[in-house]
Amino acid sequence: MSTPNPSPGHHPSSSPFGTTSSMAAARETTEGAVYTVTGGDWDEVVETAARADDERLIVNMGPQHPSTHGVLRLILEMDGETVTEARCGIGYLHTGIEKNLEYRTWTQGTTFVTRMDYLTPFFNETAYCLAVEKLLGIEDQVPDRASIIRVLLMELNRLSSHLVCIATGGMELGATTIMIYGFRDRELILDIYELITGLRMNHAYIRPGGLAQDLPPGAVDQIREFVKKMKKNLPEYDKLATGNPIFKARMQDVGYLDLAGCMALGATGPILRSAGLPHDLRKAQPYCGYETYDFDVPTADSCDSYGRFLIRLEEMRQSLRIIEQCLDRLQPGPVMVADKKIAWPAQLALGPDGLGNSLDHIKKIMGTSMEALIHHFKLVTEGFRVPPGQAYAAVESPKGELGVHVVSDGGTRPFRVHFRDPSFTNLQTMAAMCEGGQVADVIVAVASIDPVMGGVDR
Amino acid sequence: MSDANGTNGVNPEKDLGASNLPGQRGEGGEEIRVQRGMFGANNGGDTSGYGGLVRSVRLPGPATRPYGGWFDEVADELEGALEEQGLVPENVIDRTVVDRGEMTFHIEREYLVAVAQTLRDDPALRFELCTGVSGVHYPGDKGRELHAVYHLRSITHNRLIRLEVSAPDADPHIPSLVSVYPTNDWHERETYDFFGIVFDGHPALTRIMMPDDWQGFPQRKDYPLGGIPVEYKGAQIPAPDQRRSYS
Repeated sequence: MSTPNPSPGHHPSSSPFGTTSSMAAARETTEGAVYTVTGGDWDEVVETAARADDERLIVNMGPQHPSTHGVLRLILEMDGETVTEARCGIGYLHTGIEKNLEYRTWTQGTTFVTRMDYLTPFFNETAYCLAVEKLLGIEDQVPDRASIIRVLLMELNRLSSHLVCIATGGMELGATTIMIYGFRDRELILDIYELITGLRMNHAYIRPGGLAQDLPPGAVDQIREFVKKMKKNLPEYDKLATGNPIFKARMQDVGYLDLAGCMALGATGPILRSAGLPHDLRKAQPYCGYETYDFDVPTADSCDSYGRFLIRLEEMRQSLRIIEQCLDRLQPGPVMVADKKIAWPAQLALGPDGLGNSLDHIKKIMGTSMEALIHHFKLVTEGFRVPPGQAYAAVESPKGELGVHVVSDGGTRPFRVHFRDPSFTNLQTMAAMCEGGQVADVIVAVASIDPVMGGVDR
Repeated sequence: MSDANGTNGVNPEKDLGASNLPGQRGEGGEEIRVQRGMFGANNGGDTSGYGGLVRSVRLPGPATRPYGGWFDEVADELEGALEEQGLVPENVIDRTVVDRGEMTFHIEREYLVAVAQTLRDDPALRFELCTGVSGVHYPGDKGRELHAVYHLRSITHNRLIRLEVSAPDADPHIPSLVSVYPTNDWHERETYDFFGIVFDGHPALTRIMMPDDWQGFPQRKDYPLGGIPVEYKGAQIPAPDQRRSYS
């Protein structure tokens, strides 16, 4: 906060150029005057609206605004500084991923789902793969090493997602230091992703039946190094923000949603846990062997943005605990099911021109075994068949319950895939959190929901 | 092929499948599609020699008691609670499917709200969290083309069940669950947007993802992928499948 008077809900009082700047551009429409506001001229808008003696002022915040998360459009009806009604306009990032999935094989699906909530790619991939594995009936055949690496990557991903949430949330309050810290630490995690999967985002690394490839040499050491560093860095967030009076004044009692509201609106994740209910699918319905890891589920009883912030901080500490346990457990072994009718036939290897099919494999299918070539061709172009039926798999993503409903008609492509994205459901709580509050608190409330429009719109 | 199956009563492919695949195979279940040939291609001559193959694709069929685990308890409680309300469970629950460790109640659409209310409020059931609705379009399932699938989670008892409701294409109406689970507000709008299922009683059933003036329901199976020109501020860009290609 840079303003001298940081009382809760108070917004920066005027543009840096004083009151000499001209009015916000206005044009008359059949619905009344419409102002295009670019920033810094709020006072003038409110003043003009007051002079026009129109009691209703409707502000369209977004869809492109630095402090809404992505292309989210907030439609706020205001009375002075008070928000009397709030609604969301979404769909600006709808890319038809669920439709596209029906035109690609089951394996190619991971390439699509990883792009949904682009801050939690490994959760999308794991949830999708768990659902496909349930349909195939091969949950028990997924090798331990693959499950451990999945957990490892998901917990790294929980860290990177929470870091972005705290960083951007801080930035929206004007706390740029915490933003720099958050993105600094996230960069360390993205480096690990890049080492393991080759990409910083959109990995498609987790596949039905296991993983695309094993960990590369040096990955374990780099993660251990990261854990050591992160243990040093995490307390910095505490020191900077947790006890900070400005931070607390902006966050406490803002974005209030109690347990009844959470249950009715289907909110999960940190929002639900900030209302005091320790519901976490990793404990309630464990998957990937989470029941064997030692970690705690933090809760708060404040039902507000500050409680959610504290929960995210604590969850990051718990994630580090899980990551350490994963590293201790890693034993050499396969990372894909043994069933050659499902497992991707080509092994990846690092060649002089980058990562690609291993030369040994190419030599085998092109030179020695025609059956292997046919098998490779059929599996890669046509894909494997999945018995008809439907399944639902859910994982605890950093934002809440990420559920996947998949339907197969016995073919090599999904018949229907539906993602129950936590951001989509949680964003519905925005109205309940914001109505009756100050307009500056809308930003804080939305930041505490942590919606990612890639996941909301899919 | 079908004659051969009829005479000896054994379909080697299906019996083979029954031993190593989950779910119930064979003649039971709900036919959603008839597969002709082996590879899905239907243009050109029958070069594969498999063109005469006719195979029905069936979803897992109704299960018989006992369902196993806590499934029986939930089914008993639900049936008892419905009877208390003066409803006949056989009329309400079309069938119960247990497959892959998951339980599905197929509910007749007029009773959906009553069933959901019971599932939420009965202390022995207490499914307090609805994870939304997912639509599925089965064009081959005549008279029940549109399905709405709900997953209900009980945090109290740590259980998850699935409700499935169907409606014909000609009359795509399903009662809204927003009065019981307010979280379904956006989910039902999404399903309406993509499948055209009209949720009666929804407070404001409008499109949520697609533009308000969009024609058609994109996730239906008869709606093509691509083929829609991109419109932006008056300019038109041809659909992806009609653009010039440079390869």
